[in-house]
Amino acid sequence: MSFTLPSLPYAIDALEPYISAKTLEFHHGKHHQAYVTNLNNLIVGTEFENADLETIIKKSEGGIFNNGAQVFNHTFYFEQFSATPAAEPTGALKETIEAAFGSLDAFKEAFNKAAATQFGSGWAWLIKDLSGKLSIVQTSNAGCPLRSGFTPLLTCDVWEHAYYLDKQNLRPAYIADFWKVVDWKVVEGRF
Amino acid sequence: MSFVLQNLPYAYDALEPYIDAKTMEIHHDKHHAAYTTNLNTALQGSTSEGKTIEEILSNISTLPVAVRNNGGGFFNHNLYWDVMAPGGAKLPEGDLLKAIDNAFGSYQNFKEAFTKAALTRFGSGWAWLVKQGDSLVISSTPNQDNPLMDMAEVKGTPILGVDVWEHAYYLKYQNRRPDYVDAFLNVVNWDEVARRFKG
Repeated sequence: MSFTLPSLPYAIDALEPYISAKTLEFHHGKHHQAYVTNLNNLIVGTEFENADLETIIKKSEGGIFNNGAQVFNHTFYFEQFSATPAAEPTGALKETIEAAFGSLDAFKEAFNKAAATQFGSGWAWLIKDLSGKLSIVQTSNAGCPLRSGFTPLLTCDVWEHAYYLDKQNLRPAYIADFWKVVDWKVVEGRF
Repeated sequence: MSFVLQNLPYAYDALEPYIDAKTMEIHHDKHHAAYTTNLNTALQGSTSEGKTIEEILSNISTLPVAVRNNGGGFFNHNLYWDVMAPGGAKLPEGDLLKAIDNAFGSYQNFKEAFTKAALTRFGSGWAWLVKQGDSLVISSTPNQDNPLMDMAEVKGTPILGVDVWEHAYYLKYQNRRPDYVDAFLNVVNWDEVARRFKG
């Protein structure tokens, strides 16, 4: 099966001034597109030629894993933003976050730390583990929580390409702006 | 003793148009400066304080990860600035060229293999030309690791290195890492690489 690049669920400039149109043009139009193209090329003639993305992420190695996981990670990342985001979680998700981390602010602080301290390229995640417990995890490069059997709920891309045009070396400034466009309604849907 | 951020050996815009002044300024004044500061903080009060960076790297598997990341970042960027220059020899010559021919067949083959190592390093990292005794090999390392580290897969003395963290090229080249690596090879200071080869 051949994978296609999902369109952004909002206009290219919808996340301004927090994430610029120029950043999204490259991040979605070039990086995400390249992962899709590379994956389609790499799976030809392999056991993954007709596999779904989750199977690829759980079972493949090397280039197929890197590109497959990055296809998933970026789709998951772009889908969680909105120009008119729900600014806070509600209901069961809100209660579960408070039970796990003490408060929404304490959760954000821990998530920010995970995103800021992931050395090199990678991702910070809010995940639900097999027992239903929420945790924050870091993955390097293309690492993806699906591989460990976790359910990802929210992610922050801390590859430099996610923020370098807008913020250069100031990763914490990018993480602070990231929260301005996270749509908690999407996160609740995943939960 | 603490480690000091060296000045760039040329002006920020000296490598234009291959590497732009804004990239050089942020790369040196912000990224390299942060590695230096963080290395000094990580070493404070430890038994490694006062050792040379080479001694520290040769023992890195026994030291905290902050020393590995920042010590590597400190050393690697020093090398990177030094092996670039606006002038200098544009191609390897003499004994270094002979060693390159012996190891790779030709300068052209070396360039292809070095470029491939730089392009296939997934995520952040470096590609290296490494001296092992009298011979040369190409390797790449993730993040801020390097061939002087005791846990490196390919160990030896790095004599040329290209930074393929996105911060090294994103402002000018964005997703086009191949264009950046090609540009880098235009500003290699082969006199300095030869000096390091002699040891």
